[in-house]
Order: sequence, then C-alpha cells, then structure tokens
Amino acid sequence: MRAKPQPYVSTTNACKLCKPLGACLAFRGMEGAVPFLHGSQGCATYMRRYVISHFREPMDIASSSLGEKHAVYGGGPNLKLGLKNVMAKYQPGLIGIATTCLTETIGDDVPMLVKEFVRDFPEVIQEHGSPALVSVSTPSYSGTHMEGFHAAVAAAVAQLAAQGLPHDGIALFPGFVSPADTRYLKEILADFELQATVLPDISLTLDAPALVEYETLPSGGTPIPAIRALGGSRAAIEFGRTLEGQSSAGKVLHDRFSTPLHALGMPIGLRETDAFFSVLEALSGRGTPVNHELERGRLIDAYVDGHKYLFGARAVVYGEEDLVTGLTAFLAEIGVRPVLCASGGRSGRLAEAIRDVTQDLLPEPPLVREGVDFYDIAEEAEALEPEILIGNSKGYHLARKWGVPIIRVGFPIHDRFGGHRTLHLGYRGAQSLLDRIVNARLEAKQEASPVGYSYI
Amino acid sequence: MTTTVFHERQDQIHRKGEEPFQMACDRDSLAGAVSQRACVFCGSRVVLYPIADALHLVHGPIGCAAYTWDIRGALSSGPELHRLSFSTDLQERDVIFGGEEKLYQALTELIDRHAPKAAFVYSTCIVGIIGDDLAGICKKVAQEKGIPVIPVQSEGFKGNKRAGYNAACKAMFQLMGSGDTSSISPLSVNILGDFNLAGEIWIIREYFSRMGLQVVANITGDGRVADIQRAHAAGLNVVQCSGSTMDLAKMMKEAYGTPFLRVSYFGVEDMAESLYNVARFFESIDPEMMTRTRDLVREELTVLHPQLEEFRRALTGKKAAIYVGGAFKAFSLVKAFRLLGIKVVLVGSQTGTEEDYRELHAITDDGTIIVDDSNPLELSAFLQEKDVDIFVGGVKERPIAYKLGVGFCDHNHERKEALEGFVGMHNFAREVYSTVMSPVWRFVPRKASAGLIKCLDADLASPDPVEAVASNVSIG
Repeated sequence: MRAKPQPYVSTTNACKLCKPLGACLAFRGMEGAVPFLHGSQGCATYMRRYVISHFREPMDIASSSLGEKHAVYGGGPNLKLGLKNVMAKYQPGLIGIATTCLTETIGDDVPMLVKEFVRDFPEVIQEHGSPALVSVSTPSYSGTHMEGFHAAVAAAVAQLAAQGLPHDGIALFPGFVSPADTRYLKEILADFELQATVLPDISLTLDAPALVEYETLPSGGTPIPAIRALGGSRAAIEFGRTLEGQSSAGKVLHDRFSTPLHALGMPIGLRETDAFFSVLEALSGRGTPVNHELERGRLIDAYVDGHKYLFGARAVVYGEEDLVTGLTAFLAEIGVRPVLCASGGRSGRLAEAIRDVTQDLLPEPPLVREGVDFYDIAEEAEALEPEILIGNSKGYHLARKWGVPIIRVGFPIHDRFGGHRTLHLGYRGAQSLLDRIVNARLEAKQEASPVGYSYI
Repeated sequence: MTTTVFHERQDQIHRKGEEPFQMACDRDSLAGAVSQRACVFCGSRVVLYPIADALHLVHGPIGCAAYTWDIRGALSSGPELHRLSFSTDLQERDVIFGGEEKLYQALTELIDRHAPKAAFVYSTCIVGIIGDDLAGICKKVAQEKGIPVIPVQSEGFKGNKRAGYNAACKAMFQLMGSGDTSSISPLSVNILGDFNLAGEIWIIREYFSRMGLQVVANITGDGRVADIQRAHAAGLNVVQCSGSTMDLAKMMKEAYGTPFLRVSYFGVEDMAESLYNVARFFESIDPEMMTRTRDLVREELTVLHPQLEEFRRALTGKKAAIYVGGAFKAFSLVKAFRLLGIKVVLVGSQTGTEEDYRELHAITDDGTIIVDDSNPLELSAFLQEKDVDIFVGGVKERPIAYKLGVGFCDHNHERKEALEGFVGMHNFAREVYSTVMSPVWRFVPRKASAGLIKCLDADLASPDPVEAVASNVSIG
C-alpha cells in the first residue's frame, strides 16, 4: 500500500498539472476576480487554453508578461503595471496574483511588491473600486495544481478574512469540484436552510448562461464581502482526506479564529455523503430534507438494481488524490474492485485515505500509487487486467489500448462535451456515476456479444 | 471603444481608410493586457512537435510539458513518439542544486526506452535562470547514444513565439547536411511550414507528386529525422507559415544555396498560385510541369466549383473577423472569405510584422480593423462593433465568439479538420456554412433582443468569384 519509490527519472504523460493553474481556477471562483500570473506570458496563455477546452467558457488570465530584462532586474515594475492595467480595464473585485517558477526563482517578493503597490498607488486603487489583492506563492516546481488550488483558497481566507462579528453562517471549502457539483452543494445547503459561503464558487463563473451583454468578467463567484466575513463563521467544512498536514483554508480559519472545522472526505458515494449530511444535520439542527432522503433511498435502490453488472469488475482510478479517494470509496460500495488507485500528487496520505474508506468493503486493498505518471500507471495496470478506467480524458489512450470503457470524471475532459457539467458529489452525483458505469459495462458487453440482445 | 483599448496599444490598431497606414508591432506584450500570445517555448514546440520519430524532452517543471501533450492534430503516417509528453519534471531540489544530472539520466533512460532517431531537449524559463548546461549534456548524451541530441534554446521569457520559431529552426538546421542525398532528384522540394494538421501535408504532397516533384522532407508535419538530415539537397524549399520556418529556409539558402518560395495552401487563389509558382520555378528543367499543374488545378476546381456555389449563395453578404497566430494565414483567409462572398471586417494576429500588416492593409476593404497582439476585451468589443457573423481563431478565441452569439471556425493547431488545398477550401466553406447558418443564433439573447437576426436571402446578383478565380488561374 505504500507509495513505492519513483522508478524512473523522466516523466511521461504526467498525471498532474502545475501549481499556478490550480490557483487560477480557485481565483476564478471568487466574485469579480481576475487571476493574474506573475511570470512570462506563455504560462497564462497555455493555462487559458487548457481551462477553456474543458469548460468552454472564457477564462481571462492576466500576466505580468515578463521578458528577459525583467528576469535579470526583477519583475516588480511589470507586476505593478499589470495590476494597474487590469484594474483599469476590468474593474475587478479582486486580483488573484499567483507566482510562477520564473518569478519564484528570480526571487521576486510578491507580497512585498503588492504592499509597495498599495502604498504607492492608493489613488489608482481607489479610483477602480479598491479591489482586493490576494497573492499566493505557486512555484510550478513543487506540488501539483491541487496544492496551487488549495493554496489560493487559503491565501484568500488568510489575507481577507477578518475578526468580524460572529454570525450564523458556515463556510464550505469544497476543493476543486465541477460547476454542477458546486450548484448542487449550494442547493443542499439551501435545503438545510444553512447560511453558507462556498469558496470558491465556479458554478456560474465557469458555466455561464447566454446573456444579452458580453461580460468582461463573468457574474457569480464567492462574494468578496462574504470571504471577508468568514472570520465570524460558526463552523467550517472542508473536503479532502489527503489535505491533512497541508495548509488549507479550513485550517486558516480554525487556527486564526478558532472556527470549528469539519474535515471530511470529498462526498462521493453513499457513506462519504452520509458523513457530509450528518454534519449538515448537526449544524442546522434539523434532519435531512425529505427530497435528499428520497435521493439517498433511490441511490441505494439503484445500488441493488445494478450490483450484478458490477461485482468484481477491476477498475483503475486516477487523478487528483481527493477525487481518487472519493471515487474509490464509491466503487468499493457498489462492488467494483479498484485494483489501482493512482495520482500524480504526492501528499503522502493517499494510501491511508484509501484504506480508511475501503477497508471494511474490499477483500484486499487496492494498489495505491502516488507521484506517478501515465507511463507508470500503464505499467502497473497492465498486469492487473483492468476492465474499466475512471478518471479524466488523459487516460483515454490507455482505455483505447486495452479496449476497455473509460468513465470521464474530474478535470480535464477535453474529448467529450459537457465535462464541466459532470456531477460527482452527493447522492445525486453517485446516482449519475452509477448509471454511467453500469451502462458502460452493459455497452461493452453488448458490443462484444455475438448475439446483440436489445433486451438486457 | 476607446475605453477598451489601452493607451499603450492604440498604435497597434489600425482602421483602414481613416488615416494613413501606420502600425506598431513586434513589441513585448503589455503587462495585464491578457494577450492571446504564448511564449518562446510554445513557438519552438509547435514547429518541432510533428517530427514523429524524435524524442521531445521538455527540461523544466511539469506544466510546460503537460499543456503541450497531444493537443495538436499533427498526424504521422508511422511512428507517433511526438504524441507522448516527456518532461524532467524539475523539483525544488533540482532548482537549487541544478537539473543537469536529472536531465542526463532522463535523456539516457528515454533514449534507451524509445530508440528515437534524434532527441530535442527544450529549455524552459527556469532552466534559463538556473543556468543548466543544456548544450553540454546534449553533447555528452549524443556521443554516448550515437544519435543527434539537440538543445532547443526556448526559454519562455526570452522573447515571444517568433523567437521560439527561430530556436526551432536553428535546432533543425543542426540536423541537416548529414543524410545520404544520392536518391534526390533535381525536381524535388522540401515542404516547410506545414504541420500536417488533419493530414494536410498529405494533400499537398499528392499535388506535388501529380506535378512530377519528389518531396524530400516534410518540415515538419509527418516529419522524420532522416528526411531533415538530407533536406539540404532538395531543389527548392516551399515555405508556408513563413513566420515559423522562413529562418530555416534562409539558413539553408546561405549554407547550401537552396532557393525558396513563399506559398500558401489556404483558399483557391493562393493554393493555385502556389502550385503555379513552383511549376514556374522548375520550368527550365521540366517544361511540361506547368501543363500538368494547370490540369491539376482545372480538375480540382471542376470538382470544387459546384460544391462552393451552394455555400456562397447562402453566405454572401456575411461579415467575418479573423484573429490568428501568424499573419500569413490571414492573407489567405481574407481571400478565401471573399471567394465565399464574405467581407472581412476585422483581421489581426499575435505576431505579425510590419510587412505583414502592410499587406493586410493592402488586401482588405476600407473600414476593416487591423490589430496586432490583441486581447479578449478588444476582440469582444470589435466583434460587437462590426456585428460579425463568423470569427476565425483558435481555442482561446472560441468562447469570445460564442458568448457574443457569433459563429466560429477553428483555424489553429488543435483543429482536426483539413483546411489546406482545394479539398480544404471545401471543408472550410462547409465549416463556415455550418456555423453561420445554424439555427441556434436565433435563440441567443444578445441577437434576439437586438433584432439582429438577419434575413437568410443571399445576394445573388453579385459576380461569381469562383468563376473569376477559375478563369484567372487557368491562364497560369
């Protein structure tokens, strides 16, 4: 179960993305925010293309566009110029400044540069509605996009949340989930009649309706005043079993304002969702609303209806560590046998998290691999004879090679339509995943059958 | 409008007819302006990427390799090593203590595993800062493994995409001169600046073959190391996408005396003109080539002409906007749109030169906006101002069009549709037609509310541009 030492020096087909990309995605879920990369122009452009291809939404990321002389003399002047220009043209509510490997290595002190900017240009800032300035250190040479994502959320909380009046609201830090997931989470919270701030909230910013006016910045996102007021929250919920030991927004609130923190797994599948709902019950002082009870009941009914199509099916699950943990928990519940759980992340906690969510369900624990790429995954998986792959688009080449179905989840989904509308979380998300997995199995069986029954 | 454009960028935008032509370009992107440009690394990567039997190792943190993994439609007829994404995935300790040892080990490991014909090692921003001796490591591994191992000086921050093109050309030039040239006919060409997106270079190779020409090297679509190694002995370099491979053509001219011609395979006029120019070049050795070329063009146009007619009838009077990476593509697109009866009202590029923009100015109509190194705010404002029906660009431009309720055609490296050659013109027309004529725009709030939905009647009284081109080109 322990992560084995990296056998290869080179990386082939990475199963991770770089840290600043995660930060940009997190900032995109804050109202009126412009993600801003302090580095060379290419980083912003590459990430925009990558993100747009999944969400099919505009994703403006500003850049300080550093050139050779800035790399030698420091990028400070360009950072400040870039901030002014973004304020002038976007009238943002927040600028989320993430560093890159270039600016980290040349030693630009971004928090200090931002302080100087605030000191030197108060009139510019005021003229443009005093946007919040949040900076986060995201050198691409350490960690993955998930560390970048969590660091950006934690930075926003650390730099904006103040010791305000205690209020009745709660904070929910879901991690990197889809716009559909975020919408559903907000619906659940509303049904519990809980006042909640979900941070970040990409439900509208990365899945916007067609509008009369072109929006230079998308509507939606977590309101900045709500982030500032997080210090007064009566409780916080944070998803991610592998987050333990890392700095995170939930821990910032807990450490700074003594906000009680409910650290939960990503609620995928029945039991992880039950854990989430039981926290909501405790926080709201009421039982689970009937519509959600019904969804839960239907889910279990569907577990039963589908179980024979799934039992013992060997699955390879890959992607971000917390997503993999949640998916594995769910797969174990429905009788699928996860044989390999893999991630490009390297939290050191994946194996334990997987064990915690599966140990009473699986006859033997799955192989867990941290810090791997798709070359490693292929090598490990081949002998395990997987029958189904569950993860993002980037595993498609393996599914094709092995002739097995792939269930596309997470990010990125670059080879299918509507990837950002994928629902993963809660009873409803589990229902959707279950239907897709059962149908993928049926389809594979039907297509391989010489008979071709249309009644199965 | 004025509020959308940065003061610093005003001289990078020209409105034809309103003032004498003058445009600034080839500048560093303005900080905070959300340029659509990429970086030096991107320039090198796009040019070298399609060389299918080479190992492409990105020396840097994971992002640079991850974002360029198998994203392009550059096809190979054989090996597909280019579709894998190799990286040294530099970590903090490598940044502190240097990445040379890791690079050496990664290269050795990957060459042993894949037995490539050559290896390209791309430098990234961080390598330019920590100062790894890329050339030294490459030389050492080349000696040990007996294949060319070539450093590509593509540190992201050291210029823009054009600098990356140059670095790629220098890298390829290092390969040249070593291959066996005995089977190369004087009636031969290298195809430069075609990346075989959706199999396009195969279309062009077939044309050259029908003309009686041997193609020595594809540079770089469906490219092979051995072909590039002997490319210097070809009779002519035909250079498309001049921004990306013109530097190589110039280096080859200087070192080996290989002449070059600029061509474009997009649109009917430019495609035909390119073939005629090549035939004209070889006229002294093969006087019959021009006849074969005319026959080829006539045959192709006989098929294409009726196909385009239907599209043209529906599309006449529509308005188009173009924003592409290199300006060369825009020249052909302006003409291709004209052939379809569509007027181009906005045209721009990420990395055009003054010469490019001057040419755009010459071939566009009054009122057309010409823009260098634009951004989403400007583009969205221009699209609204000009009330366009179709926007041609890449993935980053697509959501701008769609959010405005405007049709879109992907003309970038990610596309999976062949747009070159005569058949490509048909595909292009069909794609434009299928997006412009879609019923979905009727439901888009911006258009519905403003009463912008237009009558679908075409202006059938205009002269037939297809006919005009067919008769022009058949004169040769």
